[in-house]
Amino acid sequence: MRDEKKPRLLKISILRFDPHDPEDVPHMETFEVEESDGMTLYIVLNEIREHHDNSLKFDFVCRAGICGSCSMLVNGRPTLACRTLTSKLGEHITLAPLPLFELIGDLSIYTGKWMRYLNEHLETWIHDKEKEVAFDKLEERMEPALADEIYELDRCVECGCCVAGCGTIQMRPSFTGAVGLNKIARYHLDPRDKRSDEEYYELIGDEDGIFGCMTLLGCEDVCPKDLPLQSKIAYLRRMMIKTSMKN
Amino acid sequence: MKVIYTDVLIIGGGLAGLRVATGVKERGHNTVVLTLVPPKRSHSSAAQGGMQASLANSTMGDGDNEDVHFSDTIKGSDWGADQEVARMFTHCAPKAIRELAQWGVPWSRVQKGDREAIINAKKVTITEKDEAHGLITARDFGGTKKWRTCYTSDGTGHSMLYAMDNKAHEENVEIHERLEAISLIHEEGRCYGAVARNLMTGELVAYISKATTIATGGYGRIYSVSTNAIICQGMGQAIALESGVATLGNMEAIQFHPTAIVPVGILTTEGCRGDGGLLLDKDGYRFMPDYEPDKKELASRDVVSRRMTEHMRKGKGVKSKYGDHLWLDITILGREHIEKNLREVKEICENFLGIDPAVDWIPVRPTQHYSMGGIRTKYTGESQTMKGLYSCGEAACWDMHGFNRLGGNSVSETVVAGMLVAEYISDFLDSKDSDMQIHSAKVECFLKQEHDKLEALLTKENGEDAYVLRRRMEEIMMDKVGIFRNGTDLKDAVDELEDLLRRSKNIEVFRSKSRAANPALVNAYRTQRMIKVALTSALGAYLREESRGAHSREDFPQRDDENWLKRTITSWPDADQTMPSVSYEEINVSNMEMPPGFRGYGKDLTHHHPMTKVKQDSVDATRKKLEEEGLNRFEIQNALMPFMDKLPEKYRGINERLGENV
Repeated sequence: MRDEKKPRLLKISILRFDPHDPEDVPHMETFEVEESDGMTLYIVLNEIREHHDNSLKFDFVCRAGICGSCSMLVNGRPTLACRTLTSKLGEHITLAPLPLFELIGDLSIYTGKWMRYLNEHLETWIHDKEKEVAFDKLEERMEPALADEIYELDRCVECGCCVAGCGTIQMRPSFTGAVGLNKIARYHLDPRDKRSDEEYYELIGDEDGIFGCMTLLGCEDVCPKDLPLQSKIAYLRRMMIKTSMKN
Repeated sequence: MKVIYTDVLIIGGGLAGLRVATGVKERGHNTVVLTLVPPKRSHSSAAQGGMQASLANSTMGDGDNEDVHFSDTIKGSDWGADQEVARMFTHCAPKAIRELAQWGVPWSRVQKGDREAIINAKKVTITEKDEAHGLITARDFGGTKKWRTCYTSDGTGHSMLYAMDNKAHEENVEIHERLEAISLIHEEGRCYGAVARNLMTGELVAYISKATTIATGGYGRIYSVSTNAIICQGMGQAIALESGVATLGNMEAIQFHPTAIVPVGILTTEGCRGDGGLLLDKDGYRFMPDYEPDKKELASRDVVSRRMTEHMRKGKGVKSKYGDHLWLDITILGREHIEKNLREVKEICENFLGIDPAVDWIPVRPTQHYSMGGIRTKYTGESQTMKGLYSCGEAACWDMHGFNRLGGNSVSETVVAGMLVAEYISDFLDSKDSDMQIHSAKVECFLKQEHDKLEALLTKENGEDAYVLRRRMEEIMMDKVGIFRNGTDLKDAVDELEDLLRRSKNIEVFRSKSRAANPALVNAYRTQRMIKVALTSALGAYLREESRGAHSREDFPQRDDENWLKRTITSWPDADQTMPSVSYEEINVSNMEMPPGFRGYGKDLTHHHPMTKVKQDSVDATRKKLEEEGLNRFEIQNALMPFMDKLPEKYRGINERLGENV
């Protein structure tokens, strides 16, 4: 058809660095890619790798906004690249790896290591010493609304966007971040986890935990799963203050 | 030479791999899990709609039990499944889901009283029993007699995987991330571990183990469009194949899911139709009842995908620049339901299509989704031909899916197979039989071989571009080994893939020469292996002159039980071969609890096995006699096809169920 608009020529500027190459220094490199219908940054980056520079490093797994692998700074804002449509952005797009995580190269970061440490440190699993595994018996009941509420917080994909968007963690790298606080809120809500308020206090009742948060709430702004981080952080803070007063 | 020793090496950190890891750990064995990505990012997380387990809590699941689940699974498989394995599976699925409930999965629960649901495009009221309140609920899925698919909204795989990985943390399971197994270490038919490449540093490491488990998922990415994550490239099957010893089963058995969005191929769950969504054509007409008046949109996946394709071939598809598609209409379910039970679908529609599925129809078409084929194993998960090598989950051909997997049976298989295989491996490790001796020189030889292969790719000159070969392979699979298949196209596919395989020996990694993190190098060696996997699939499909489940030959529309009631077995005994070796494994009618019959879709074109009638009569007579004698369903089942003795003792207990034994 005649009236079809000429596709845009996108300029993709990428912060590049290969830490394994002693000669390399961090630098910006710009690629030109013709925009196509429904194009996402997943498509853009693969096109660059396949046709412009096959050494470009980035992480995609599900490419459907489900797994949380492809978080990066898109025009300075942490988000999931796979589900970012170029049509929603200007012609010039800058991409950089999420800060704070160990860099593997270019846009590829080692979130796995960071999240593993977090999960081990906060013991993000059901604690129930009394419980004997009984898989033949009818499962324990749970109120349907409570199950839904737990699932709501369980939706975190550990993408690290909240960490990259956190003001506190810039100054205090040992800060747990919204991802960790949300997990505590999730397990606290879960009646199957028998940890006491005091035990939770041990985990996050300090400046690396709930009392370190400066309530800038960049986390809530950038969370791709729209988790209720603001209200959960506020809730945990009230609960932790109550616990500390009790003791 | 870096060597790491462990009792059990597990390749793959998805649901199946992690469940094996926690299981062997509990039995006191060391384990290391190798994974390409952080385990929580594995493709298991993308399973949306649910996990089948016959809990029978919801009213719509009344009367469900292992027998009904078994019968659905066997019918779904078009009688290609191993019936003993399917029995073991259906018996253990309730146990696996209850275990996961204890580990923290927030399964959606039954709310007592009335609720509205959509069934066959009509609003109906379902009344849930008081005594079921708070137990795990279930939704409807295709090809099942009862509502059996348990879920957490439409993020079931995500919740299961998170609970599973957290459990692995609790058990201190050692996980080595961004490590890719590139070759099995083996000698005289015994597996001793694997050579792995660190994807961050490029370092090669030999992992030496008494038992090695491949749980790397499917091979969907040999197609250009697939719902699979981009890491589902069949590398587990490929390294098994390249051992020359291990065998693959039914690699031609590939499932196409009816509703992936167009053009990107991202899945929208079967839960959309299970919850009442409809398929519409370009005129907004609901066409499935015309083809399948009984099950309509909820026929088995292979059937719905074929009917959709047929309908588009009649010119009823919606034209788009990405080819024809159809519509999935879930507006009928209402915004509240979509935002609660189909949230991922809603997000996907918003982010990738810019539409609101509570208002707009979703453009969909059938897309590669699942690999029924995989590493052929015994019921224990051990390779039939390589001692000490195990496989489970989608990576394996265990074989409970035969030629078509039911929706909701895959995540269920991962955790059930994981928990069983962990026990069989532990038994093996506890026995003298697992003692091993391997010379360090032998290990070094395997390491050197892999090192040399990688160097050759990096130093080759005037070679082939891996991307070009890979894209061509993907196109061939798309165009010629698709939903409907025929001899001419399949022959072309096999010939051209063989040519690609020859060319792939000459791949050169252009420009990007880093020995450390190097996506071009990774693409090069994976492309070589993917072409081999694609060949096993195309050749298996070409040779199988019948239609069974998802394998549909237009030139051989009959299911031919007399000649083709058997599994395709492929192997690659000589590295210089340009085509896999093929043999067949008979599926014996006389061992079946449920002899082959009609699945109930379309016209019955089955060419029956001469033994089928004899066996059916004998099953019917035995059943009738035992029923008259007053035996219960467990005793009757046991008389027809005993399987309990194969299960680990701890998993033999009878499952509690409301209205049956509670």
